[in-house]
Amino acid sequence: MAWSLSKAFKSLFAGARQVEPQDWENLEDTLLQADFGPRVTDEVIEAVHAIADVSATLDTDDLRRILGEVLEERLDAFDPTLSLASEPGKPAVVLVVGVNGVGKTTTIGKFAKFIATRGKRVLVGAADTFRAAAVDQLATWAERAGVDIVKPQQDGQDPAAVAFQTVERAVTDGHEIVIIDTAGRLHTKSGLMDELAKIKRVVEKSVPIAEVLLVLDATTGQNGLNQAEAFLEQAGVTGLVLTKLDGSARGGFVFAVQELTGIPVKLVGQGEGIDDLTGFTPHVFVRQLLD
Amino acid sequence: MVVFGTLSEKLTSALSSLRTKGKLSAADVDGTVREIRRALLDADVSLDVVKSFTGKIRDRALSDDVNKALNPAQQVVQIVNEELVEILGGAQSQLSFAKKPPTVIMLAGLQGSGKTTFAGKLAKYLKSQGHTPVLVACDLQRPNAVTQLTVIAEQAGVQIFAPEPGNGKGNPVAVAKDGVKYAKQKLYDTVIIDTAGRLGVDEDLMREARSVRDATSPDEVLFVLDAMIGQDAVVTAKAFQDGVDFTGVVLTKLDGDARGGAALSVRGLTDRPIVFASTGESLDALEPFYPDRMASRILDLGDILTLIEQAQKNFDEDDANKVAEKIQSNTFTLQDFLEQLQQVRKMGSMKGLLGMMPGAGKMREQIDNFDEKDIDRTEAIIRSMTPAERETPKLLNGSRRLRIAKGSGMTVTDVNQLVIRFESAAKMMKTVAKGVPQTSRAWDRFPGHAPRAKRSPPKRLRVRGTPPNARQRTRPFNRLLPGMEIVSDSVPNRPPK
Repeated sequence: MAWSLSKAFKSLFAGARQVEPQDWENLEDTLLQADFGPRVTDEVIEAVHAIADVSATLDTDDLRRILGEVLEERLDAFDPTLSLASEPGKPAVVLVVGVNGVGKTTTIGKFAKFIATRGKRVLVGAADTFRAAAVDQLATWAERAGVDIVKPQQDGQDPAAVAFQTVERAVTDGHEIVIIDTAGRLHTKSGLMDELAKIKRVVEKSVPIAEVLLVLDATTGQNGLNQAEAFLEQAGVTGLVLTKLDGSARGGFVFAVQELTGIPVKLVGQGEGIDDLTGFTPHVFVRQLLD
Repeated sequence: MVVFGTLSEKLTSALSSLRTKGKLSAADVDGTVREIRRALLDADVSLDVVKSFTGKIRDRALSDDVNKALNPAQQVVQIVNEELVEILGGAQSQLSFAKKPPTVIMLAGLQGSGKTTFAGKLAKYLKSQGHTPVLVACDLQRPNAVTQLTVIAEQAGVQIFAPEPGNGKGNPVAVAKDGVKYAKQKLYDTVIIDTAGRLGVDEDLMREARSVRDATSPDEVLFVLDAMIGQDAVVTAKAFQDGVDFTGVVLTKLDGDARGGAALSVRGLTDRPIVFASTGESLDALEPFYPDRMASRILDLGDILTLIEQAQKNFDEDDANKVAEKIQSNTFTLQDFLEQLQQVRKMGSMKGLLGMMPGAGKMREQIDNFDEKDIDRTEAIIRSMTPAERETPKLLNGSRRLRIAKGSGMTVTDVNQLVIRFESAAKMMKTVAKGVPQTSRAWDRFPGHAPRAKRSPPKRLRVRGTPPNARQRTRPFNRLLPGMEIVSDSVPNRPPK
C-alpha cells in the first residue's frame, strides 16, 4: 500500500511515549514528504523545538499538539474570507487563473454551485477559448450548477472580449456574481501572462474585479511558489484555491506560498463531485494533515 | 521577490565553493552534500531518492580516486552528473511496437497531468513516422473530454474512435476493446487509448484502468506525469505501478520552470524508463527523453556535452582557420559570412543552441524572444546578391540594393542595415582577432541580429569568456563554445541563500 502522510504521522505519534531523537528526524522527513519544502520544514521544526525544549518531559502526544499549534498559527496569520460584495448593476467579478491542468474549470463549476445554492445569481464566462472543448466542459458544469453562461461568439475569440461581454451581460441582466474561466497557462510564458493582464484591464473598464483566484494543484511541489509569484505579479492574485486534496498529496507548499506572497488560501477542492468545494479552515486543514 | 534558486543554481553555488579549493576534506564533502540535498528537495525530488542519492555522492566523493585527482571539484560535478544520469536511465528509451499490428498504447495518469494533449501529440508524432494511429476516447468521466480529444484528433489529422459521448455515460472498457477491434478491421497500425484521470488512492478507478489494460493487452502503458509534481510523485507512481504496471513514463509541462525532480523520483523508485518529454501546448511540442540531457539540464551546467559534440561535428577545423585568416587579413566577405551562418545553423536552432549554454536559465526570456527568422532574412538578402557583390560590398549602389531588396522580399532599409552591420561586425571581428577585449555591445553588431522594437535589447547580453587564448582570438564564432558564460547585465546575480 502506498505511503500516506497521515499514516506517517500516525506511526510517528502512535501511543504516547517519551520523545527520542529519532522522532525529530521522522518529523522532518514527514514534513518534507508533505511538500513543505526544506525552508519551511526547518522553520517549523525550530518553532516546535522552541516550545518543546522548555518542558522537562516531552511525550509524543505533546510533540503532536505543539506541531499542530505551530502549523495553525502560521495559517491563522492569513484571512481566508472571500470578498464578494455586490450591488445592483455592479456584480462581484471573480477571475480564475492558473497553470494547465490544475482544475480551473472544475473549480468554477463547483464554485458556481457553491454560490448559487446560497441564493445568488451567478453568471460564468467561458474565456478559455484556447483549449479544445474547454467551453463545452464549462457549459456542462454550468448546467449542473444551474447557472447562466456566456460563450464566445466564435472559435478562438479574444478571451478579453468574452470576459467583457460576460460582465456587460451580468450588469444588464442583474447577476450578482460573475466567474470568468481563463485558459491554463504556464507562468513562464510571458505572452500568455500579458494576455491575463489584458483580460483584467478590459473587465475593469466596466466593473472592478473582486477576486482573482489562483488555482493550485495539491500535487504540485515547490514549483507552486514560482506559479504564485508570477501570477501575483501579472494578474494581481487575491486568493488561492487548493485542488485535488482528496488524493494522497497534502499540499504543504501552501505554507510557503502564503507566507511568501501574502495571498491567503480561500477555497479547497477535494473531489470531482459538484459539492466537493469548501472554504479554507486552518484548523481543519491542519487536522487533516495530522490525523 | 527572490524565491529559492533553481536546483542548478543551488548546485552550482554548492559546487562553486568546491571549485576554489584544492583538495576535499570530509567537512567539505559534508557541506556540499547538505547543499545538494537541500537543492534536490527544493527541486521536488522525493526524500527517499534524495537520501540514497546523497549517500552515493558522499561515498564516492570521499573515495581515494577523487582526492588524488588533479581537480577534485570537477570530479564532484562529474560524480553528481554521472549519478543523475544513472538514475535518470542511462541510455535513451524507445517505444516498442507489436510484431503483429495494431500496436496498442494505453495512457494513464492523474487528472490534469496532460494525457489528452499528449495523446494528440503522440498520434501526430507517430503519423509523421509513417504509422497510422487511431485515438480511442476512453475518458468518459471528465465533462467533454471526448469532445476535446475529437478536436485534437482533427488538429493532428488522425482518426478517432469515440462511440460514447462521455460525461459519465458509457463503459470505457468496452470502448477500449471495440477501439482495438476497429483498428484491426480498418487496418490502423497503432491504437492510442486515452483514459480518465484518476487519483492513485482511488481503488475503484484503478481497477477500471486495470480492466481496460486487461481487455486490450497494450504493448505500452504510458504513465503521464506533470513535471511540476511534488513529493506525491512517489506515491502516485507507486500506485499506478501497482495498479496498471506501466511500461514507460511521459513527463509533461517541461516548458515551464519546474525543476523536474519528479523525473529523478520516478526513475529512482519504479525503474521504468521515461520515454517522452512534452514541452508545450502545440501538438508538435514532443521530444524523446534524453537522460543525459535532462541531468545536465537539472544541473544547469549547460548541455555542454551535446554542445561540444555538435560543435565538433559541424565546425570544420580547416574552414575555421580559413575564416580566421580572412578576418585578420581583412578579406572576410558576405559570402564567408553566409557560410558561417549556415554552419551555426547546422548545429540546430539558435534558440536551442543558446538554451544549452551554461547559465542559460537566467536569460530564458531573452532566448525566447530571439527571432530565428532574423537569420532567414539575413540569408535571403545575401542570397539575392551576385557573387561579385558578396565579395565586394562596395559595389552595392542604390539600384543594386533595390534589386536585392526586391529579390529577397525585404526593404532597401533592411539591405542597408545588413551592409552597415556587416561592416561594423567585420571591423569588430578584426579587433577581436587582434586581441582587444570584446566590448559589451559586440553581440549587437552581428549581422542577423538586428535589434527589434519589442525584443529585450540584446545589448544586455554580455559575452564573458575565458581570457582569449591564441586560438579563440582568431575564431570569434568559437566564443559560442563552452568555457564561457553569457550573463545578463540587467539581472543581478542572486546571492546564494
